Amino acid sequence: MSAFEPAGGSGNVLLSLVVWTPMIGAFLVLLLPREQVDGARRAAFVFSLITFLLSLGLWAGFRPNTAEFQFLEQHPWIPEWGIQYLLGIDGVSLFLVLLTTFLTPLVILFSFDGVQKRVKEYFFFMLALETGLVGTFVALDLFLFYVFWELMLVPMYFIIGIWGGQRRIYASIKFLIYTLTASLLMLLAILYLVGAHARAGAPTTFDVRLLYDVALSPAEQGWLFAAFAVAFAVKVPMFPLHTWLPDAHVEAPTGGSVILASVMLKLGTYGFLRFAMPLFPTAMAAATPFILALAVVGIVYGAMVAMVQPDLKKLVAYSSVSHLGFVMLGLFALNPMGIQGAIYQMLNHGLSTGALFLLVGMIYERRHTRLISDFGGLWKPLPRYAAVFMVVTLSSIGLPGLNGFVGEFLILLGAFGQSRLAAVLASSGLILGAVYMLWMFQRVFFGPVRHEENMALADLRPREVAVLAPVVAMIVVMGVYPKPFLEVMEPSVKAIIARMEKQQARAVAIDGQGAATKPARGV
Amino acid sequence: MERLLLPAIDWLAVLPVGLTALLGFVLLALGLFADDDETLGWITLIGLAVCAVVTACLAGQKSMTFAGTFALDGYALFFDLLFLVAGMVVVLMSMTYLEGTGIPAGDYYGLLVFALAGMIVMASANDLILVFLGLEIMSISVYVLAGAWRTQLRSNEAAMKYFLLGAFATGFLLYGIALVYGATGAFRLDLIAAAAAGAPHRALMVAGVAMLLVAFGFKVAAVPFHMWTPDVYEGAPTTITALMAVAVKAAGFAAFVRVFLHAFAGLHADWGMLLWVMAALTMTVGNVLALVQRNVKRMLAYSSIAHAGYILVALVASGAAGGAAALYHLLAYSFMTLGAFGVVAALGSVGEPNEMLDDYAGVGFRRPLLGVTMAIFMLSLTGIPPFAGFTGKFYIFTAAIRDGYYVLAVIGVLNSAISAGYYIRVLIAMYLTPGAEESGRVARQPYLVTSIVFSAVMTVLIGVFPALWMQLARLGFLSL
Repeated sequence: MSAFEPAGGSGNVLLSLVVWTPMIGAFLVLLLPREQVDGARRAAFVFSLITFLLSLGLWAGFRPNTAEFQFLEQHPWIPEWGIQYLLGIDGVSLFLVLLTTFLTPLVILFSFDGVQKRVKEYFFFMLALETGLVGTFVALDLFLFYVFWELMLVPMYFIIGIWGGQRRIYASIKFLIYTLTASLLMLLAILYLVGAHARAGAPTTFDVRLLYDVALSPAEQGWLFAAFAVAFAVKVPMFPLHTWLPDAHVEAPTGGSVILASVMLKLGTYGFLRFAMPLFPTAMAAATPFILALAVVGIVYGAMVAMVQPDLKKLVAYSSVSHLGFVMLGLFALNPMGIQGAIYQMLNHGLSTGALFLLVGMIYERRHTRLISDFGGLWKPLPRYAAVFMVVTLSSIGLPGLNGFVGEFLILLGAFGQSRLAAVLASSGLILGAVYMLWMFQRVFFGPVRHEENMALADLRPREVAVLAPVVAMIVVMGVYPKPFLEVMEPSVKAIIARMEKQQARAVAIDGQGAATKPARGV
Repeated sequence: MERLLLPAIDWLAVLPVGLTALLGFVLLALGLFADDDETLGWITLIGLAVCAVVTACLAGQKSMTFAGTFALDGYALFFDLLFLVAGMVVVLMSMTYLEGTGIPAGDYYGLLVFALAGMIVMASANDLILVFLGLEIMSISVYVLAGAWRTQLRSNEAAMKYFLLGAFATGFLLYGIALVYGATGAFRLDLIAAAAAGAPHRALMVAGVAMLLVAFGFKVAAVPFHMWTPDVYEGAPTTITALMAVAVKAAGFAAFVRVFLHAFAGLHADWGMLLWVMAALTMTVGNVLALVQRNVKRMLAYSSIAHAGYILVALVASGAAGGAAALYHLLAYSFMTLGAFGVVAALGSVGEPNEMLDDYAGVGFRRPLLGVTMAIFMLSLTGIPPFAGFTGKFYIFTAAIRDGYYVLAVIGVLNSAISAGYYIRVLIAMYLTPGAEESGRVARQPYLVTSIVFSAVMTVLIGVFPALWMQLARLGFLSL
């Protein structure tokens, strides 16, 4: 089949299929009659499952020994501006696509019970969201990237706003305004970048592979990097820009929280790795200490705030701030180990935090409360639930043998090479992480059953087992045998680093020639 | 005795305006006899369609007539078609809207078509006197139309306000023309451009340009000449508001762009900075004041002010990119705004305008089609891809960045972010606020719904396949 041929063939449509199948499903679901609630659920599940199977084809056909973009699709879209429909994946985006397509069917399956009102619309938005997310990971044209980037805001906004909790309207609008403002500034930076490329005499293009070579003065790099970095930092979210996250996560319905935490936050870190860092390496180098500091603050601050949360969902939300701090630390270690660890940790966080939100959602459906103090001794009535919860908890705190350990270990190793102080401080985050997770686990599952109504709770139902089992399996597999994942990432990560170093060397050369340029300022 | 020399007339060039004016007279006459409003509506619709087809057939023609005062070029055709199509959408809306209002259909449609004829003159005018004539033909028709709903107090108020302030603006226009004539000795735009290059009578010229800026600023509702907009838009019949927000504004810009980016292009150093300030103010004031509105119609009025601001950014950038961006965004803006006013009209009924945000509670699920289309219009107005509004703003900011107007571009995108606040409020009301589940029978509104769906389809088409429309906008501007 042509889809499995080596990359570069322009007749390849597999990526497009992965991107657009959910959208097609979304519109089909919308066309179903309103009474067909079960039909809508099943159709949504089937389409997301097909998407997942298609994306497995990407993995099967992926050549792991090259850093080239593969499964390229290139068609003119707005020729006048050099805008193309340009898709492609490398070792970095492959797994993020897989993470998205892997989690979406599970979330949809979980929502069979959880979502009872406006069912059709819910699955419409879920599937539309999947298209937006996958599209963002695979777009190599900056215009197309921006379109997908904004496109996914709308479904997420509605998912939080319609199916969310008490303060859903506040949370959804905060989420929207925060991300929109930041991304609009990035749009201007994109326009400037493309203009700078065109001024150098090249034809106008939004193709990021060509834009990597734009020569910019350090001052220009500083401004553009700042605009990109703010847009991505809001998504990550990095420390002072994180305030939308607890609101959005807590108010969103379980499915929304899972996608938000597991996939959407990765768009920020992915954006740094794909765009902000290789496009503006000089500015990035100057900003590195600053970003490392913010990452460490995020790690420690997120963990400390998570510790004092009385609400399970809020605790998980703040733990994301801490975990994503680790990812940023790994990225800005600027060495292969750190970056590979960061990518690995993105996947880990996607799996373990996704599972945590699912577990919290399951208990909330039974008890209609998420307060830790309302639980206690749950191990007794819910042994299976407790066992799964334990595995996920241990994965989240990085127990060796589970996935979290691999990522955190690589990140710290990488960070140690860049800044010992940052690595040491970040390690304290690991300890804090163990403290808040285990303490929470203890209060929820151990001890006597303090509330009578908890005795009557039903343990995991078959459907819930079906949702959790694949996630737990992946947590174990990725913990025991990380090699196939790291192998595939390696060439792409090395290529990104090489590109940054080449650009930096060029900038130094330009500076050395006595050009009247000021030293680079990060932000 | 000297004989009066009549210049040769190229009848082809005046075909669009001639046909349109003829249609207006026919409608006025028919209005005396026919008392079936729907039939009159159909006649208007078909007549405008014929005008549009004839106009489209003229594509590629380029000529000047009436001694070089009246132009037929791609630029004029672009706007003619925009006016005629917008006019058709408004007529479709009106065919439902007029029912029960007691507005005499013959007069209404006749005046509407005359207004369109005036706009066509404005788009073709290569002469300041002709700009004035077109503007007056259009304005006087619209003054009357704004007050067409005679039994409604707020309609009367709107007409009065619009007329009084409009008359002032006309005064400014005439003063400006006189001063420019004093400085250059010419009315014709090409002659003015040539004379201005020699920089004669600088003070006179600059004063004239400034006055014209005021006059055009009034017509396109730019801050600080926007005061009339919210009241007039709110008071006028909703269909006429749509006409004003779209076609009248586009006509204002048609003349504005031709005069400033063509005739006064050499004076950009003088008016560029003024326009810069005006653009920044217009965007900011429009968006910020829209934030506090509870009445959707009024909110859309401020939104139209804000969008005039974005287009002014394109004018500041000027040059081919800026001009084309202005045309393109006007096109994109037209359909989303027409559609939004269409939804406002559809949700109201005679005697019960239902224009407050609270009235929109739960509409998204109660009337799914109106909900979805309104969501498209609001997201498009905010500038979210893949809708027309996004590509429009994208084009404008590209032009601004290319010409180095970074600060203005930043003000522009920050305004876009602010605007999300109030556009999204409509979606919150429609989808996130629980409202009455079923509100009994909803009147069938086939024409109105058709016009809304058409606008929505155009909004999506322009957004997803921008290349064709961009080409049109660029060719249109380059034909100047």
